[in-house]
Amino acid sequence: MTDKPLTKNIKGDKPADLAAYEANGGYVAVRDTIGKKSSSDLLDIIKDSNLRGRGGAGFPTGMKWSFVPMDKTEGHKYLVCNADEMEPGTFKDRVIMEKDPHQLVEGMILSAYTIDADIGYIFIRAEYHAAARRLREAINAAKEKGYLGENILGTGYNFELHVHSSAGRYICGEETALLNSLEGKRANPRAKPPFPQVSGLWGRPTIVNNVETLCNITHIVANGADWFKDLGLGEDSGTKLFGVSGRVKSPGCWELPMGTPIREIIEDHAGGMADGYELKGFLPGGASTDFLLPEHLDLAMDYDVIMKAGSRMGTGTMIILDDQVCPVAMVRNIIEFFARESCGFCTPCRDGLPWVHKILDSIENGRGEPQGMDILNRQAAFLGAIGHTNCALAPGAIEPLASAMKYFGDEFNQHIEEKRCPYSNKNGAN
Amino acid sequence: MSMAQDKMVSALSEQEIEEIEAEISHLPNRQAAAIDALKIVQGHRGWISDESLGAIANLLQMSTAELDGIATFYSLIFRQPVGEKVVMVCDSVSCFLMDGETVSKSIKEKLGIDFGETTSDGKYTLLPVTCLGDCDHAPAMMIGDEEHHDLKPETVGKLFDDASKRSGDDAS
Amino acid sequence: MAKITVDGRTFEVDDSDNLLEALLGLGEDLPYFCWHPEMGSLGSCRQCAVVQYMDENDERGRVVMSCMTPVTDGAILSVQGEKASDFRESNIENLMLNHPHDCPVCEEGGECHLQDMTVMSGHKDRQYKYQKTTFNNQDLGPFIGHEMNRCITCYRCVRFYGDYSGGDDLAAFGSRGRVFFGRTEDGVLENEFAGNLVEVCPTGVFTDKTLSAHYTRKWDLQSAPAVCTGCSLGCNITVSERYGEVRRVHNRYNSEVNGYFLCDRGRFGAGYVNSDDRIPYCGIRDANGVYEATSAEDILSHLKTLLSDAKSVVGIGSPRSSLEANFALQTLVGEDNFYSGLSAVEAEIASLQLQVLNSDLKTPSLAEVEDCDAVLILGEDTTNHAPRLALSIRQAVRNEAKDLAKEARIPLWQDAAVRKLAQDAKSPLFVLTSSADRLDGIGTGIRLSSEDIALAGINIANGIDGTAEDDADIQSIVEALTNASKPLIVTGSSSACPEIVKAAVNIATALSKRNAETGLLICTDEANTLAAARLSEKPFPTTGADVAIVLENDLSLRVAGATLDDWLAQVTSLVVIDSLDNSISSRSSLVLPAATFAEAEGTYINNEGRAQRSFGAFKPKGDIAPAWDWLLRICHDQNLLTGVEQFDDLLGSIASANEDLAGAVDAAPNAAFRVHGQKISRMTHRSSGRTAIVADVSLHEPKQPEDNNSALTYSMEGTNQDSPGGMKAYTWSPGWNSNQSISKYQNEISGSAGEGTRGVKLFVDSSSQLAALETSPGGNSSAVSVVPNWHIFGSDELTNRCEAIHSLAPSPYALLNSATASKLGVKAGDALKLAAGEAPSLAVMLDDSIAEGCVICPVLEETRAYLHLPTAGDGLLVKDESWTPPADAENIISSDRSS
Ligand SMILES: Cc1cc2nc3c(=O)[nH]c(=O)nc-3n(C[C@H](O)[C@H](O)[C@H](O)COP(=O)(O)O)c2cc1C
Ligand code: SF4
Ligand code: FES
Repeated sequence: MTDKPLTKNIKGDKPADLAAYEANGGYVAVRDTIGKKSSSDLLDIIKDSNLRGRGGAGFPTGMKWSFVPMDKTEGHKYLVCNADEMEPGTFKDRVIMEKDPHQLVEGMILSAYTIDADIGYIFIRAEYHAAARRLREAINAAKEKGYLGENILGTGYNFELHVHSSAGRYICGEETALLNSLEGKRANPRAKPPFPQVSGLWGRPTIVNNVETLCNITHIVANGADWFKDLGLGEDSGTKLFGVSGRVKSPGCWELPMGTPIREIIEDHAGGMADGYELKGFLPGGASTDFLLPEHLDLAMDYDVIMKAGSRMGTGTMIILDDQVCPVAMVRNIIEFFARESCGFCTPCRDGLPWVHKILDSIENGRGEPQGMDILNRQAAFLGAIGHTNCALAPGAIEPLASAMKYFGDEFNQHIEEKRCPYSNKNGAN
Repeated sequence: MSMAQDKMVSALSEQEIEEIEAEISHLPNRQAAAIDALKIVQGHRGWISDESLGAIANLLQMSTAELDGIATFYSLIFRQPVGEKVVMVCDSVSCFLMDGETVSKSIKEKLGIDFGETTSDGKYTLLPVTCLGDCDHAPAMMIGDEEHHDLKPETVGKLFDDASKRSGDDAS
Repeated sequence: MAKITVDGRTFEVDDSDNLLEALLGLGEDLPYFCWHPEMGSLGSCRQCAVVQYMDENDERGRVVMSCMTPVTDGAILSVQGEKASDFRESNIENLMLNHPHDCPVCEEGGECHLQDMTVMSGHKDRQYKYQKTTFNNQDLGPFIGHEMNRCITCYRCVRFYGDYSGGDDLAAFGSRGRVFFGRTEDGVLENEFAGNLVEVCPTGVFTDKTLSAHYTRKWDLQSAPAVCTGCSLGCNITVSERYGEVRRVHNRYNSEVNGYFLCDRGRFGAGYVNSDDRIPYCGIRDANGVYEATSAEDILSHLKTLLSDAKSVVGIGSPRSSLEANFALQTLVGEDNFYSGLSAVEAEIASLQLQVLNSDLKTPSLAEVEDCDAVLILGEDTTNHAPRLALSIRQAVRNEAKDLAKEARIPLWQDAAVRKLAQDAKSPLFVLTSSADRLDGIGTGIRLSSEDIALAGINIANGIDGTAEDDADIQSIVEALTNASKPLIVTGSSSACPEIVKAAVNIATALSKRNAETGLLICTDEANTLAAARLSEKPFPTTGADVAIVLENDLSLRVAGATLDDWLAQVTSLVVIDSLDNSISSRSSLVLPAATFAEAEGTYINNEGRAQRSFGAFKPKGDIAPAWDWLLRICHDQNLLTGVEQFDDLLGSIASANEDLAGAVDAAPNAAFRVHGQKISRMTHRSSGRTAIVADVSLHEPKQPEDNNSALTYSMEGTNQDSPGGMKAYTWSPGWNSNQSISKYQNEISGSAGEGTRGVKLFVDSSSQLAALETSPGGNSSAVSVVPNWHIFGSDELTNRCEAIHSLAPSPYALLNSATASKLGVKAGDALKLAAGEAPSLAVMLDDSIAEGCVICPVLEETRAYLHLPTAGDGLLVKDESWTPPADAENIISSDRSS
C-alpha cells in the first residue's frame, strides 16, 4: 500500500492510460464494490475516514453525502465533479486530470454508487483543454471496459459520465453557481437552503465534490478508513496535494500527508526562497485565504490548526509574498481579480469589491488618502463575513486584504504618507 | 417553425447543428445546452455574431434575450469578432509575483497592441485572463488552445514568430 | 404562529412568513429592494439585514437577510441595533456608488423606493471618489422609458417580466458590476404587462413615457381611486390629474382583484381623456346640419320640449357607462323603452352570465383564480380580452410547483428554489381557442373552430357526467378537471360565440355536482356589460322613435352598418351623451358632453358580479358633466327622480328599485363619510403651486371646486392617510413615498388593505341550481366562419383613441390556413372583404395552425360590429379584387406578438 495514493500513477509527462492504470491496481475497487457492497456500507466507510472536501471549505464529505435522500425516488440523482480550479495560485486538480484521468473516473463511479447517482458531470474550466481531452478518452475507455455506462460490469447499476467544459468565470467554481452553469444558465450562486443534496441540478438531489476529494474515494474504498486516517500526521486524514508558487527555488505540487508542517513544504519541497529573496508572508491555500507570517512556518497544514492561526487551509496551494514585492500591489491584484469575477448578484460584492479595488489602486499609485484606510477597514467588515453576501466569494476576497492590513498596515500607510509605492522601482508598478 | 425561423437556423452549419444536438441528447432539455452550443459555434467561427446568436436560440427553442444574457455572462464567449488566435495572458497573483506584468508588456510591444485589441492583420487578439492553474510555472499564457509557461520577457516574442511560422507552414 | 422577539419586544407572527414579511407586517421600517410581496425573496440586494441571536446568552448575534430567513418560534432579533443598522448603512452606501444621483430630473423622484430606503438606512455622505459605471439606454417602445444608470441590480424587473408574467424579451446581460437589464436590441417590450416594470422597479430605470410626456411629480398630482374601464375585470387604479389632464394611471392595490399589477391597456390607455376628440360643449345641430355650441340651460330646455312633444322615446344604454347613468336613462324612457346597447351576441352571453351569477355556481375573484389547480379555457383569449386574468392564470399553473415545494419543505417565498425544484411541473391548463394564445406556452393549446370548441365543451361536460368519450384530448381534460381540488373554467365573449359559453356553463354545472369548489369565470367585452345587461335584456330596438337617447355608446361597434343606418333613418331626433366624438355623435341632432371615468363617479359591475365605485380625479371643464348627472337633470325636467339630487340618492333609488343591486350602495362610503371629521383629500399634503395653477386666469386664488357627490375633496385639505383602502386617492405613509407604502396599510403582507377595498359582490345570496343549458352547436360545418381576434391594443373603443396605444394596434387582417384560403380563392398578399364590401379589406395571412374553415379577424373599430353578427359565416367573406397591400405589409400585426 502506497503512502502517496493520489500520485502513484504520475510519472513524467505521459498520462497513465487504462492499461497502465489497471496495471497499478486501477478499477479493482470498482470490481470489488459495485453490486457487491451496499451503498450504506460505503457511506459508513467514507464517514469513518474523516475525509474533508479538498475544494477549499473542508466540509466532511461523508456528512455531505448523508443528506442525499436514499429512498428510491423517481428521477435522476447527480454526481458532479468540480474541476473548475480557477482560484488564483491553485494548480493541483489539473495535475491529476492531465496525468491520471482514470483515477478521477474511478473515484466518481464509486462515489456515484454510494449516493445512487445515475448521471455524472465533470465541470472543467475552459482553459484545461488537455485535461478535458484526456478525461473524455478515459471515459470512453472505461465505458468500453464496462466500468461505466449501462449495467456496469453486469451488476445492473448504471452510471453515465460526461465532461462539460466551461466558458470561463471563476464563480462557476462555487458549487451552486456551477449547477446553474451546468444547466446552461447564468452562473449566479443559489441561496441555500435548499442545499444541492436535496434540490440541486435541475432540482434533483446532487452532490458536488472537488477533483481531489473524489480521487480520494477510490483509495479509501480500496484500503479502508483506518488506513486513510493513518496517512495524516495530525487530526486530519489522508494525504493532500500541496503546492507552492512565487519566489521559491522550485515551485511545484507534491502529495504529502495532511498535517505536514508548512516549513517542510516551503523549505524542503519547494527548496526554500529563491536567491536574493526573503519570505515575508504567504497565503496558505490560494488567493482567498488570509496571510500568514514566517512565525507560522512551524504550523501543521491541518484544517483546524490553520483556522486557529487566523487563516484557512483552502486549496493547500500556497502563494509566497517575498520581501521585494509590494504587499499593497499584491492585494490589489487579488482584489481586482475578485472584483472582476464577481457574478454581479449581490450588492456588497458587486459594488463593494470594485470600490476596494479602486482605493487600493490609488494607494498603490501614490494617490491614496488617509480616509482610504478607514473605508478599507469598513468595507472589510462589511464584506468579510459569511452571510453578508449570497456566496463565499466576497468574504474570501476580503481575507487577504484584511490580513494584509493587519500585518502590513504600516506599509499601506507609508504609501499614503509618501504618496508613492516604496517598491515602485522593483516591481514595475509605476 | 415559421419561415423566418427556418432561415435563422440554417445560418448554422450541418456540423454545428449535429454537434449541438449531440450535447442536447444527454441533457434534460434543449436550453440546457446553451453554453455548449455557444462554445461549439464559437469553436467554428471564432465568435458569436448576432446572427449566430439568433440561430442558436431558435435551435434551442429559447429567446434570444435569454441566450444573450447567458452569452454575455461568460467571459470566454466572444460577442465581438476576435483574431484568428486569442492570446490570453494570465494576470493573476502568482504570475504577477513572477513579473508577469513585464512579460505582458513585452507581448504588447511584440504584437503592437494593448489588452482588448486585435492585431491589424487579424491574427491575434490579446486578452488578460484569470489564473491558468500553472502557477508553479508562472508567468503563463495561452495562444489559442496552446499553453505556454515559464515565460521570460526576453523570449516571449519568439513564441509568436514560431507560431506564425507554424501556421505559415500549414498554409503552404 | 410563532413568537419572535424584536429589539426586546415580543410578537406573534405567521410562521410561514420570512422575517422581512413578519417585520413589515409588524410595522417595522425595514428597508428592502429585491423582495417583492407578490414575487417572494431573492437575496440579492442584501438591504433587509437584521441581526439574529442564537439565544439569550448570545451577545454578538449574526447578520442575516430577513427576507431569506424563515420565521422560527422563539427567534430573537434586532432590527434597530447598531450591528444591523451599520450593515444596512454600508450596504446602501455601496448600492449607491454608481447611482447618478439625478433625482431632480428623474421621473421617480418623490415616489422613489430607492430614495426612501436610502434615507431610512441613514446614508447621507458620499465618500466614493471614482468614476461611475455608465450604460447606454434602449428604446423600449411608446410606453416605457429606460435609464439604466439608475439601476441598482435588484433583478426585480426580470423576475417580474420573465418569471411572473412569462415575457422572454427582457433579460439580464453581463455580470459583475456591469449587469444590464434590457432587450437584445431596441424595440417594443413584447409582454402585455410590461408597464408594471414602472412600479416594480424600485428606482427610475423603467419609467412611464406617457407620464414623462407631460411630467408631474407624485406630490403634485391630484388623484382618485378609480376602476379601470379597459375590460370586464374591473382592476383598481389610481388615476391622476394636473392642469385638467390625466397624467397617469397607477395600480391601486386590491387583494381580491388586481393585487399589485395591471395590464398595459389599463395603465397606458387613459390618454383619450385628454384627446382632441373630446366633446367640449353642448351642441344642437342647426338647419344646415352644423353644430352650434349651446349652454347647458338651453340644451336642457330644448330637450324638455323635445321629450314632452315626442310620442315615442327610446333610450339606449351603455356597457361602458356607469350603473347610475344607465339606470337614470332607464328611468327617463321607461323600462320598456330602454335597451342595453349591447350587440346581440354580447347580450346573449351577458344574460347567460347573469344566470350563472344568480345560481350556485362559483365565480372566483382573480385572487381565487390563482388558487385553482386545473384550468380549462374555452374560446376566450384572456391575454387580449381580459388581460389581468391571464396573469392570474399564469400564477394558477404554478400550484403544482407550490405543492412540490411544500412537500420538500421549501417555503413558498423562496421563489428561485421553488422554481428550481419544480422545473417544468405545472398544474394543468387547456386552452381551446381558434388561434395561437399567449398562454399556450404554459399549457396545452388546442386549435379548433368556434363550433368545435363548443362541441368539445359538450363532450367534456358529458365526460364529467360519466358518458364515455374516446377522444384522448377530451379524456385528459376531463381527468385533469375531475382530479383537481379547485378546477376553473374560463370562457367569455371574445369568440363572440354563445354556444361556447353555454358549453362552458354545462361543464361547470357537471363539475360542481362533484366538486363545490369548481369555479366558472365568464369575461364580457366591457367594464359595465353586466350593469347594462342587468337593466335590460333587449339589446337594440327594431323600430325607430321620435327621440332616441344614446348613452355613451358608439353603436357602430355593435350594430352592423346597414342595420344601423336603417334604424337611424327611423329616428327623428338623435340625442347623444358621450365624451368622445364618434360615428354616432357625428350623426346626432343633440349632443351632451359627458365626463370620462377620470372626471366622474360611478359604479361598475365586473365580470364576477362585483360592484366597485370609481371616483373622478378632477372636475371636468365647462359644461362637461357625468352622464348620470345630465340624465338626472333631464329626469327632473320630466318630473322623474324628484328629490334625487346627488350621486348617493341616485344609487339609493337603484337599490330600492332593484334588490339584487342594493349591495352597490356599500361598495364605498357615501358622501357624508368623514375620517377624523374630515373629507378625504385628492391632493397630497405636499402639493405645490396650487395657488398658481390658474394664475393665467386669475391672480386671486379661486376656491377649490367642491365635491358634493363623494367623501373626497378636490383639495389638499382633508386626510388621505387614515382613509379606508378603497377610498385612498394615493398611497403614502411617513418615510414611504413610493407605492411600496401600501404595506403600511395592509393587515398583513398582501392581505387586505383596509375596509372597502374589495367592492361588494352582488347576486351572492342565490342558491338556485342551474339546469344543463340547451346547446345547439354545429351548423354548417363546411362553411367558413369568422372568429374575432381581440388585441390588447386596438380592440378597445376608448383606449384605442390614445396615441401610444393606437400606435401598436394592428391593421385589418385575415388569418387562415392554406386550405381555407384556397377554398376562398385567396393567397398570402391578397385581401378579403367582410360583409360584402361594407367593412374594410383584410390582408390575407396564412397560418397553418389555424383550424380549417376559420378566418381570424382582428376586433377593430371598423370590423367589430361585423364580427358580432350572429350569422358571421356564410358568404360573409369575399376576395377583394381591388386590393393593393400597404407599404409596410410585413408588419401588419405589429402588436400581435404571440407568435
Ligand atoms: C467563489 C468560489 C469559488 C470556488 N471555486 C472552486 C473550485 O474552483 N473548485 C472547487 O473544487 N471548489 C471551489 N469552490 C468550493 C465549492 O463551492 C464547493 O465547496 C466544493 O466544490 C465542494 O467540494 P469538496 O467538498 O469536495 O471540497 C469555490 C467556492 C467559492 C465560494
Ligand atoms: S458574493 Fe459575489 S459572487 Fe457571490 S453571489 Fe454575491 S455577487 Fe455573486
Ligand atoms: S430584500 Fe432581502 S436581500 Fe433584498
